Amino acid sequence: MSSYVTPDGRTIGDVLLEVKNITLRFGGVEAIKDISFDVREGEIRAIIGPNGAGKSSMLNVINGFYHPQEGEIWFHGKKRRAMKPSQIARQGIARTFQNIALFKGMNTLDNIMTGCFTHMHTSLIEQAIWWGRAEREEYRYREKVEHIIDFLEIQAIRKTPVGALPYGLQKRVELARALAAEPKLLLLDEPMAGMNVEEKEDMCRFVLDVNAEFGTTIVLIEHDMGVVMDISDRVVVLDYGRKIGDGVPDEVRSNQEVIDAYLGVPHD
Amino acid sequence: MSPDFLYAIEVLLNGLMAGVMYSLVALGFVLIFKASGVFNYAQGVMALFAALTLVGIMNGQVPFSHLINAVFGTHLHDFGWQVPALAAIALTAVVMVFFAILVEKLILKYLIGQEPIILFMATIGLAYFMEGFGDLMWGADIKALDVGLPKGGSLWIEENTVWLAAEGERFFGFFIDKLDISATIVAIILVVALTLFSQYTATGRALRAVADDHQAAMSVGISLRAIWVITWSIAGFVALVAGIMWGSKSGVQFSLAFIVLKALPVLMLGGFTSIPGAIVGGLIIGMGEKLFEFFIGPLIGGATENWFAYVLALIFLVFRPQGLFGERIIERV
Repeated sequence: MSSYVTPDGRTIGDVLLEVKNITLRFGGVEAIKDISFDVREGEIRAIIGPNGAGKSSMLNVINGFYHPQEGEIWFHGKKRRAMKPSQIARQGIARTFQNIALFKGMNTLDNIMTGCFTHMHTSLIEQAIWWGRAEREEYRYREKVEHIIDFLEIQAIRKTPVGALPYGLQKRVELARALAAEPKLLLLDEPMAGMNVEEKEDMCRFVLDVNAEFGTTIVLIEHDMGVVMDISDRVVVLDYGRKIGDGVPDEVRSNQEVIDAYLGVPHD
Repeated sequence: MSPDFLYAIEVLLNGLMAGVMYSLVALGFVLIFKASGVFNYAQGVMALFAALTLVGIMNGQVPFSHLINAVFGTHLHDFGWQVPALAAIALTAVVMVFFAILVEKLILKYLIGQEPIILFMATIGLAYFMEGFGDLMWGADIKALDVGLPKGGSLWIEENTVWLAAEGERFFGFFIDKLDISATIVAIILVVALTLFSQYTATGRALRAVADDHQAAMSVGISLRAIWVITWSIAGFVALVAGIMWGSKSGVQFSLAFIVLKALPVLMLGGFTSIPGAIVGGLIIGMGEKLFEFFIGPLIGGATENWFAYVLALIFLVFRPQGLFGERIIERV
């Protein structure tokens, strides 16, 4: 299947990331059992499932925090060797965290600037003496970051230390930091968790806008079924580390196994 | 003004200057502690090693000469040349960077993700190893270090402060050592430079990022190992500066390694995670112990400088364990 156009006019391209038969164990516990799925370019792909289903573990595998015992990951049509998270970030995979991992000692602007790290190439010495090239680079990325700040509507908190921000805004700053890396693939770990309805709606809009404006491929984990069904193109459902469903939202919604996992099955 | 009062001010000024010297050592600790949560016990020995290396290079000493002579029966001692101070300082800085790379490759790499206490033990081991290594490399004798910094009391200050006391009083102006003044200036430059670097450069931000959150730092593409090498290099450079100042003041000798013990109360006061804290903590300790000795010392038989700093630190531990500027640690229950 090659590229196609969605009803709302976005182009979905070829497979960008493919996860093949991943198994991840912690000692005797199998967190992920033989899971395969793919993510296509320009797509919003959701991973859902009850608590402890292995969703975050899956994201940590893609991002390189965990190394699976079995299985392969293909990115851009090439099999990926075992890499450190920082190397994977340099390949163009950025992420946010379930329980916000901002740099608490910095303000909003510096946090987002840190996101540009993979793109800054001047040497330590050049930076230390604020040499022409380093200075220009700093200004160039500062401009880019300002653009992202405008995009996510966080101008007012640019100089605020992130620790002092309300939860919803912290989540948005974290998204901004991930965007600053200009990622090809953006991993969002429960971007709407713990938010009120209004904040959730804002975040939904931003996720859709990021995808539409920058063409960023997004993999997101979410608890809230309603949100997921509304914004994602395709959904993977995990339960107890196994894949129990995969497809467009409507397919998944009518999948009996998925309904059972979410609502529980009567034991008779 | 009465001479007694003026003399107290002089004690205060000298205390502040002594405090700067403590701050220089404490600074190196803070840098490493912030970036990796490791209390680097070897910081004092690093200062000693840097000073030894500097003297060795300046005097054209042959490294490991005792060992070489013992093994090969030669009588090497020095190359017979002198290296200018600035060139020697640059070379020593290179040696300290090399040292940082070795520490990362041989020790830290294998201890990623270990408890801080394990890393602390590793730095104790490192400290003793380096002390022995420094001895083997450059010899154990006390060496004079003169990089051309001015020394002795500043006549200019004395002459321009004499007028403070009335004619005929027993006051001859403030006595302030020029070396202490240079140490103060160097410390100010160092702190300003480090602050600017960490605030306004990509690498500086990466250093702060790693200090805040390892996982998040990795997720934006920062390599922890590269950052550790940079941190230890900067700490090595700070150790070199501290080594130069202490070495110029009291000669390069192995007791320099023990300035680590004076840095501890400074850190407890200022907080382990704050660069300004290291400076202010040093100033308070330096000033406090001199003033205490001046006012209270005579009443209780003197020698209070040996313990005053530790008692002050103990009091701080009870009432403000995070120090003046340190991050408050709040544990959720």
